[in-house]
Amino acid sequence: MNYYLRRTLRIPATILAVATLTFGLIRLLPGGPFTQLRIQLLQRGIPAEQVNERIQILQNIRPDAPLWQQYLDYMVGVVQLDLGRSISLGEPVASVVARALPWTIFLVVTSTVLMFVIGVLIGAVQAYWEGSRFDKITSGASIFLMSVPYYIFAVVGLFFLSFHLNWFPTGDAAARSIQPGFSLAYIQSVLYHAILPIAAFTIGGIGSTALNMRGNSIQVLGEEFVEVARLRGLSDNRIATSYVAKNAILPMYTGLLLQIGFRLGGTVVLEQIFSYPGLGYYLIAAVNANDYPLMMGCFLVITVTLVVAVFIADLTYGFIDPRISAGDSDAY
Amino acid sequence: MPTDADASEEFDWRADESTEEVDFRDRLSEFYERSVREPALVAWSDTRTRVGAAILSVYVLMALVDVFGLWRDAVPNQSTQRLLVPFQSLKYPLGTTPSGIDLLALIIDSTPFILLMVLAGGVWATSLAVVVGTVSGYKGGRVDAVITAISDFFMAIPGLPLVIVLAITLSPENPLLLGVILTINYWAGLGRSIRSQVLSIRENSYVEASRTMGTSTFRIIRKDILPNIMPYVLVNFVKAARYTIFASVGLYFIGVLPYSGQNWGVTLNNAYSRGGLFTMDAVHWLLVPITAIVGLAFGLLLLSQGMDRIFNPRVRTRFSGESESVEEETDSSTGLM
Repeated sequence: MNYYLRRTLRIPATILAVATLTFGLIRLLPGGPFTQLRIQLLQRGIPAEQVNERIQILQNIRPDAPLWQQYLDYMVGVVQLDLGRSISLGEPVASVVARALPWTIFLVVTSTVLMFVIGVLIGAVQAYWEGSRFDKITSGASIFLMSVPYYIFAVVGLFFLSFHLNWFPTGDAAARSIQPGFSLAYIQSVLYHAILPIAAFTIGGIGSTALNMRGNSIQVLGEEFVEVARLRGLSDNRIATSYVAKNAILPMYTGLLLQIGFRLGGTVVLEQIFSYPGLGYYLIAAVNANDYPLMMGCFLVITVTLVVAVFIADLTYGFIDPRISAGDSDAY
Repeated sequence: MPTDADASEEFDWRADESTEEVDFRDRLSEFYERSVREPALVAWSDTRTRVGAAILSVYVLMALVDVFGLWRDAVPNQSTQRLLVPFQSLKYPLGTTPSGIDLLALIIDSTPFILLMVLAGGVWATSLAVVVGTVSGYKGGRVDAVITAISDFFMAIPGLPLVIVLAITLSPENPLLLGVILTINYWAGLGRSIRSQVLSIRENSYVEASRTMGTSTFRIIRKDILPNIMPYVLVNFVKAARYTIFASVGLYFIGVLPYSGQNWGVTLNNAYSRGGLFTMDAVHWLLVPITAIVGLAFGLLLLSQGMDRIFNPRVRTRFSGESESVEEETDSSTGLM
């Protein structure tokens, strides 16, 4: 089968599998959310005969139906983008999630692109001047950066830059006083509020990206084809871009796919620290409020976002490196 | 690592023709020379290994101090002086929290827990990844297709949110269980990158030769493939360990993991949520747990970078001490978390 077709078909399959997983977590685990939801509703003084009905509204599952029926109901709900109703916020989970998703994507995409570009540039310079003072200092700094988790940058940045120097806001995605929309003031406010979270999320990743790029470039610089290119009298620019950079970045690009997954998960902690209203923020809010429909909805949507992001990255990888689509090697 | 002693246990096809008699004691001393002394010297000649090992031994020491109860346990109201600044008093070297808890005791108390958790996470994630990656990369075909599909599924689930959901349903308080849960789907990505390395290794002529001779798959994986990916695996063991620290502390910090005692993440959380952010007097309350976390990760990283030299043949052939230290990150994943 065609690589792209196969790859595209995998998306609904994965989403189906993950939705099944969330269903299993809600329904099957002993003492899991479903049971707790029931207790919670009873504690709120809702009559026992109404509880099942309420659960059905909140989680689009009929508790008295047979398991396969519940599963089908849940799946049909998911397909129709009906993720139940949030208990704590009193609105459909789908609309909460739709509001939060763009912020998370904005954070992750901006910081990942920044991290990749800055890291690659630093790594390339390090490799070219291998052993120089710049190389030594930045390599040491890279190792140090790798050993600091991003939320430490977030906390330290918040402590000094926001609380003590008052340079940056301490939370939210934009000033509350400004009407959301495509106005200059709003966009400025959004960027201003995003600087610190994005910086914290970017800095930590720069170190490892730079070290990877450095290692790959040094290896490529030692290859024969680079020597041949020099002997052929190609210009330095040509060698640097289409020979060294291309071959050094390619192996890192696959790593980037994994990276997106880790970073998307990482926003949970980041958004919590900066009270940034993305998916991770609502996930934790839901956890603290025992709001299971919202929790599972956030989890499902984070996963779907990841699946789609990796799919996009995978497709572009096929464009950069044609070998990937011809990967049907024989088995042993 | 393949060693001469290993290789000579069952000399399959060449053994009949070989007339060379090797004394057992010679073999033993050569084994020691080749697999213990030389790698240790190579590794030790690297400053990074020495510093990394020194840092890690501090943590092991702290764990021992806690296990044998050589330092007081962390309990409230130990000191009458609240928020004592570090390095002021010999009795409380790292200062105290607003409730008078000795910060050094806090850090030491949680060290065994954190080390166990990190070890469990690292071992679980790497060993599973190695099995999955080598088998699927070497076997190819249907086996590969099935394994790849399964690991794709696990890769498609974002780690931390999954851990949060699992933590709520399972409430793991055992460090070993927690380590495994934190890296519950970490193996998938690592297994995938090991697979791609194995794919290129299996094209080598010596693997081809072993296959033509009818050597079993298990033996080929063990003798021809594993030694080649060992450096990569070790570096990634450290990365998995680092991920476990970062993830656990991060999740303790935002308060979603259950805890019975104090630990670095909980301390950080307390410092953060109970006013540590607003006053400069409390800054050490934040900085002490941060230093503990960063120190452990830094030690692990340095050690892995130094260890790379043992396994990197290009560096090893220059074994004599004069070789320049070159940091070589052989992996492609830029693992943050």
